[in-house]
Amino acid sequence: MSSPLLGVEEEVQSNVSSPSVDCGLGLKERNYLGLSDCSSVDSSGVSSLPDNNKNNLNLKATELRLGLPGSQSPKRETELCLLNLGKLDEKPLLPLLPSKDGICSSSQKNVVTGNKRGFSDTMDGFSEVKGYVYTQKSWMLREAGSDSESPQSVGHGKYPGNSGVNVILSVRSLGAQASVKKEEPANVLQKQPRATNGTNLKQTDIANNKSGAPASRAQVVGWPPVRSFRAKTLASSSKNNDEVDGEPGPAALFVKVSMDGAPYLRKVDLSTYSTYRELSSALEKMFSCFTLGQCGSHGAAGKEILSQSKLKDLLHVSEYVLTYKDKDGDWMLVGDVTWE
Amino acid sequence: MLWGSRKTINMNYFPDEVLEHVFDFITSHKDRNSVSLVCKSWYKIEKYSRQRVFLGNCYAICPERLIARFPELKSLTLKGKPHFADFNLVPDDWGGFLYPWIKAMAKSRIGLEELKLKRMVVSDESLELLSKSFPNFKSLVLVSCEGFTTDGLAAIASNCRFLRELDLQENEVEDHRGHWLSCFPESCTSLVSLNFACLKGEINLASLERLVARSTNLKSLRLNRAVPFDTLQRLLIRAPQLVDLGTGSYVHDPSSEAYNKFKAAIQSCNSIRSLSGFLEVAPRCMSAIYPICENLTFLNLSYAAGLQSNELTKLIQHCRKLQRLWILDCIGDKGLGVVASTCKELQELRVFPSNPFDAGNAAVTEEGLILVSEGCPKLNSLLYFCQQMTNAALITVANCTNFIRFRLCILDPIKPDPVTNQPLDEGFGAIVRSCKGLKRLSLSGLLTDQVFYYIGMYAKKHEMLSIAFAGDSDKGMLYVLNGCKKLRKLEIRDCPFGDAALLEDMGEYETMRSLWMSTCDVTLGACKMLAKKMPNLNVEIINESEQTESNLDDSQKVDKMYLYRTLVGHREDAPEFVWLL
Repeated sequence: MSSPLLGVEEEVQSNVSSPSVDCGLGLKERNYLGLSDCSSVDSSGVSSLPDNNKNNLNLKATELRLGLPGSQSPKRETELCLLNLGKLDEKPLLPLLPSKDGICSSSQKNVVTGNKRGFSDTMDGFSEVKGYVYTQKSWMLREAGSDSESPQSVGHGKYPGNSGVNVILSVRSLGAQASVKKEEPANVLQKQPRATNGTNLKQTDIANNKSGAPASRAQVVGWPPVRSFRAKTLASSSKNNDEVDGEPGPAALFVKVSMDGAPYLRKVDLSTYSTYRELSSALEKMFSCFTLGQCGSHGAAGKEILSQSKLKDLLHVSEYVLTYKDKDGDWMLVGDVTWE
Repeated sequence: MLWGSRKTINMNYFPDEVLEHVFDFITSHKDRNSVSLVCKSWYKIEKYSRQRVFLGNCYAICPERLIARFPELKSLTLKGKPHFADFNLVPDDWGGFLYPWIKAMAKSRIGLEELKLKRMVVSDESLELLSKSFPNFKSLVLVSCEGFTTDGLAAIASNCRFLRELDLQENEVEDHRGHWLSCFPESCTSLVSLNFACLKGEINLASLERLVARSTNLKSLRLNRAVPFDTLQRLLIRAPQLVDLGTGSYVHDPSSEAYNKFKAAIQSCNSIRSLSGFLEVAPRCMSAIYPICENLTFLNLSYAAGLQSNELTKLIQHCRKLQRLWILDCIGDKGLGVVASTCKELQELRVFPSNPFDAGNAAVTEEGLILVSEGCPKLNSLLYFCQQMTNAALITVANCTNFIRFRLCILDPIKPDPVTNQPLDEGFGAIVRSCKGLKRLSLSGLLTDQVFYYIGMYAKKHEMLSIAFAGDSDKGMLYVLNGCKKLRKLEIRDCPFGDAALLEDMGEYETMRSLWMSTCDVTLGACKMLAKKMPNLNVEIINESEQTESNLDDSQKVDKMYLYRTLVGHREDAPEFVWLL
């Protein structure tokens, strides 16, 4: 759990040409990390994407993808670039579903270089389909209006990689190692909260040196201020919890959730919920904060600042519905089958 | 009235023994220090009757002078490394060695009975010498220490015949898997407290059971992960009088016989007020604990990574008398809401991150904190790791005016208020303004000099302040130094405070225990000047690069500076990378 985010962070760092991003709020960016010139960071950048990459590359060959018109074929790295909001317009991104009603359109712009695609076009370019080997089921929040279209487009079977591959839901069943890798990239994406002044310098890592894990990337030593004893104990105890046999109770079921227009996905553990309603409200909360954060973080004029309650209302009014993709690759509406 | 006719009583007509008896009632260190300043005779009496001494910095004085000052010393508390050593900011071998203290006390025939250490380097050799030199030794408490192995513990177990307390908290112990526990002789029946939860290795379970069985006064028992569930159950049967229990491995099949026996055993443990452990946990077995929950005053689930939010909340719903709760952030905001509505007696809350290095995933936000502050009127101590915080939330939380300790750690170090995009100055300002009794504060998030302005103005009782990634200029630090006159410990990392702030009021540092500044803008030259002008301060530079002192020029910034007041000048055990200016 606390083992280093493998190589992902460095990708981010190497995209930062210099630490000086002015967020326009009059806040001065400051290089606190003593990484000084990011030089140590940059140098180790590109080469060290972890095994994830290898796994992904395996699927790459089989994937069909539609990118944005005029875009390059999306590489693995693109998803990582999401963390660097300022640079987004330079690189084509994960094909995303646009939101029709303008919510998040401002964030959209930054994310999707202003291209809004027709809805059906976007069906193929799900962000899920990045070739994660393990997660086969993916959850999506979609706009209500698109419901009728969705099953069909979905059924086109254009989903690379995933379709036909049987569902392996449980992170933990793959063993601690794989689970660590799996979760962390997604978590990295989530790690970009409302990074205002875009100083990705502060996006840091893990690898508590003393825990023996090699510090493969630049990091803020000693942050967060957690005693090293605690950090090590939690790290090893999470591994143990994975390995404990005969442990009663459900294993964690992590699934990816993506929302239209979101630049990155979230993961939820289904075993922590017991009803659809809990899941739905948790997802709402997860994505409402997210969306709001996105809107809040851009200093550019012309963005829409939604009050949190307004957004919630919108979510409540079912602007979005929950759908999932099952093992046959069909998009299904959440709620039909009983929770168990 | 009769005021005029009252005879005044001159305390000096009392024999010393009477004064001593009076002084016995004065237990606070500060008060006793004051007593000793009254006059020579009181100084002498207090000196010979003082048994408990607290040294917040082991380098402020040397063992010999301590012994000369308080020859009847029986109980000593020592702290070694600076606080930021907890977070790997201080290299190994920096210092804080126990051995010289033991050696000096052994030589002087001090009748040491209790020793409490924090962040010190404790060797097996020192433990062995300790165990052999003090026949009445009763209590050893080691917190965040390192440098010893289970062999040292074996020496303590073998030789301390009247040992009452062996309490190991979060130490780095090299576990030789020896039979240290078996070294407690059969004649040892005096144990009241045994905590070995931080040990990683196996222990002899049969010895443990026998030890617990013969220790009829045992009140506190905290096991390590290697103690399995069925042993736990047998231990409980032997020690139903326990007040504080730390479970070992808590994994078992709920349908098994052992589990049923456990349920029966725990029901008879109705003295348990404090519960911890669960390093390995089978969630479905938690319901066995419910019967004792209603009496719990302290619950520490901060290492129970295997428990999810719903299990945690179900458990907490039974804990109506809880006063202190240490928990992981997977409890979530909603779970904290359950805490708020159930635990009305709550005074201390600590929420630790379950994924410390994964900032995007912290499951608690400002909402959880608001709920707890609104629901728990007695809350006075907080440690809260969270994803984000808003000014509005902090202003609401400030309505809870009882805070004595307030430590907020937003995992992303310079994150602003996500709603307004502003720094968190106003929020923290509200906290320091309303919580007039605040003694300890840790800040995080995006912060400018303004927050320090508020701190300097309002935080009159502050004793310890921890600052990271905050401020814009020297003014920030100056506000603090000028305003917080009761400050004892100031620790700063990654802030743009430089020489002007450091040197403005050098005398201030003599009223404080210590100052830590790392990755700030302080230069070597300024540190040298400070060291030169203030002989009662030790100014130490920790330099981990290849350069030697002579190569560095005075205008270069130092990476880590630690200064502290001392009566004995430079220490002699500093390693090469520590420069004593």
